[in-house]
Amino acid sequence: MLALIPLFPLIGFVINAALGRRLPKSISGAIACAVMVASFAVSVMSVLTLVGLPVSERVMEQTVYTWIASGDFVVDMTLRLDPLAALMILVVTGIGALIHIYSTAYMHEEVGSEFARYFSYLNLFAAFMLVLVLGANFLVMFVGWEGVGLCSYLLIGFWFKRKSAADAGKKAFVVNRIGDYAFVLGMLLLVVRFGTLDFRQLASVVAALPPEQGMFGVVSMATLLLFIGATGKSAQIPLYTWLPDAMEGPTPVSALIHAATMVTAGVYMIGRNAVLFSHAPATMLIVAIIGALTALMAGTIGLVQNDIKRVLAYSTVSQLGLMFLAMGMGAFGAGIFHLYTHAFFKALLFLGSGAVIHALHGEQDIRNMGGLRRYLPITYWTFLIGSLAIAGIPGLAGFFSKDEILYETYHAGHWILWTMAAVTSLLTATYMFRLVFLTFYGERREDSHLAPFSSHVHDAPPAMALVLIVLAIGSAVAGYVGVPSVLGGQNRLGEWLEPSFQAPGETAVAGGFQAETAVAGGLQASGVETEAEVENAALELRLMAISSAIAIAGIALAAFIWVRRRDLAAAIATRFRGLYRLLLNKYYVDELYDAAVVKPIRTGSEHVLWQGVDEGVIDGAVNGTALVVATGSGVLRRLQTGSVRAYAGSMFIGVIVILGFYLWR
Amino acid sequence: MIPLGHYLIVSAILFAIGTAGVFLRRNLITILLSIEIMLNAVNLSFVAFGRQLGSYDGQIITFFVITVAAAEAAVGLAVIIALYRHRESLNPDAFTSLRW
Repeated sequence: MLALIPLFPLIGFVINAALGRRLPKSISGAIACAVMVASFAVSVMSVLTLVGLPVSERVMEQTVYTWIASGDFVVDMTLRLDPLAALMILVVTGIGALIHIYSTAYMHEEVGSEFARYFSYLNLFAAFMLVLVLGANFLVMFVGWEGVGLCSYLLIGFWFKRKSAADAGKKAFVVNRIGDYAFVLGMLLLVVRFGTLDFRQLASVVAALPPEQGMFGVVSMATLLLFIGATGKSAQIPLYTWLPDAMEGPTPVSALIHAATMVTAGVYMIGRNAVLFSHAPATMLIVAIIGALTALMAGTIGLVQNDIKRVLAYSTVSQLGLMFLAMGMGAFGAGIFHLYTHAFFKALLFLGSGAVIHALHGEQDIRNMGGLRRYLPITYWTFLIGSLAIAGIPGLAGFFSKDEILYETYHAGHWILWTMAAVTSLLTATYMFRLVFLTFYGERREDSHLAPFSSHVHDAPPAMALVLIVLAIGSAVAGYVGVPSVLGGQNRLGEWLEPSFQAPGETAVAGGFQAETAVAGGLQASGVETEAEVENAALELRLMAISSAIAIAGIALAAFIWVRRRDLAAAIATRFRGLYRLLLNKYYVDELYDAAVVKPIRTGSEHVLWQGVDEGVIDGAVNGTALVVATGSGVLRRLQTGSVRAYAGSMFIGVIVILGFYLWR
Repeated sequence: MIPLGHYLIVSAILFAIGTAGVFLRRNLITILLSIEIMLNAVNLSFVAFGRQLGSYDGQIITFFVITVAAAEAAVGLAVIIALYRHRESLNPDAFTSLRW
């Protein structure tokens, strides 16, 4: 039954790719949505089956066929559903189906064949993403990993006639390749050392080893290489530069691929290999530091960008940074929890921005918006809920997950990283509400160079509005599966995921997050509170209060600057012109990479590889061979006089010489 | 019985005459005839050796050579006629280039 989950979208892809240009738009859109809904239904049934199993046996497997069998090394095309994969397939198929439905309205201006092409890519993406999530070993995961990269390229460059879109697609593809190279090296290292790529077998083998000290152990190196792969896919320093450019794609694509699903693959991969990463403390620290740095850096850039989608893109990079921070802290459950809530509100925010762009006929610059609250009420309210959720206002989804990350970081004693994460939270609230206030509040900007839009601004059509409302509800309530115990709740999600982060058959709890749930369990079971537990609970409440205060402060700051004192923003920008320019130009990282990597490669390719190796060595070898043959033939040509007697004479002399040789030898 | 050496000497003389003809004559037909003489010189030595060794192999191979020589003469004469039609000449030095 598991194979059906990726198979349905694949069927949709085949139909739309083969017959799409002959089908009317309504039918190709309906097929694409139907296969996603079918896949979602199968996923729900599979997960319900999984829920029915006892905790220790919550694994379902299906081996489709044996893929590689070479001596002792066997790789099966195996799909495996465990609690972690279950959460992911629900997110991918559920939010995926919603975005498909949204797309039918958003893309309705495309002609029939383009429309079908769009949906075939989207379905193919869903199929690959499900393979990635369900794969039971690294190689199957890698198939999905590369497949989603391909679909990302195709969809970013969907409007490939626009050069910027085609370039952005290529950039995403090339940057991802760099990460994938490291990913492959990591896999090879695991094969060479452990002889298997199966996640469960690897976990069992590694669990028996002591945690590695230092950087250069096999597990540390392998996990580090895998993490480099994750930085490419999940847009972390140093390979994050492709994600903001990826906003050239259609907005639903940004929502599905570059916010809710594909970019979380790196986080998922670390969660999937939690045992490996836990045995490599050095890698874990690097993961946490990279995550925190990325979160902070992307947050600051997001503060000054003017393109509505780019702000959201940097916000995504920043939130992914927080997830990696959680992973690096060993709080795998918290990271995956944030992944799950983020999928809701970030998809909602992207789709909301899509509704704004759709209503304004392609306008993306927030400086040319304003006052849209009156024209787009549904979009406004849903967008506001999403913004409140991501800012971490208590009660909404983002609050629970972000708070858990902050708590785990503080609890692990990394107060520098905690400070970075807290500042990121402040930035998140500020830039999100800057977006809300500039887009929906105030008056329409009079300096808008576009035609007045108030006349034909229309709110989201029914399909889009429905999806926005569903996601808004999700953003509001998704967090209640993981209410921390100090608030009288129970972290159901954490308990559900826990078996996935342990080696098969292992019952001992390890790591901060599990320890916390154990504490929570202990509290409820015995009713006896030790001093440490009370202290932890108090700490958690204190941190919760701080992060709520931070979120409200961020919103208040945004309200003060961009609603009350519009002149202040400009004044600050002029006052700190250097800093503003630095942020507006994204720390000049693109320029830096261009100067440090792209230019040298181009120059090297041109002067050494092209003019040196290609023209010099390869062409030189070919032309040189021809020259030698031509010169040699010029000499030898003189022998062919055409005179029969000369030939006969030379033959005669030859015979005499040969005979003479044998006679007088 | 005439000793083998005599036959071989006659054969060598015939071969030398043929070779000289091939080198010195300026007429394609004469050159062809000279080649026939060389072939027959070889035939003579085959038969002589065959008789000396009490074997028929020499005579059998001679028949082969005669057959091949007949075919060669036919083809050779045909080529010569074709060449003559082009150049109105039978001098081999008129045919030194590969195409015209």
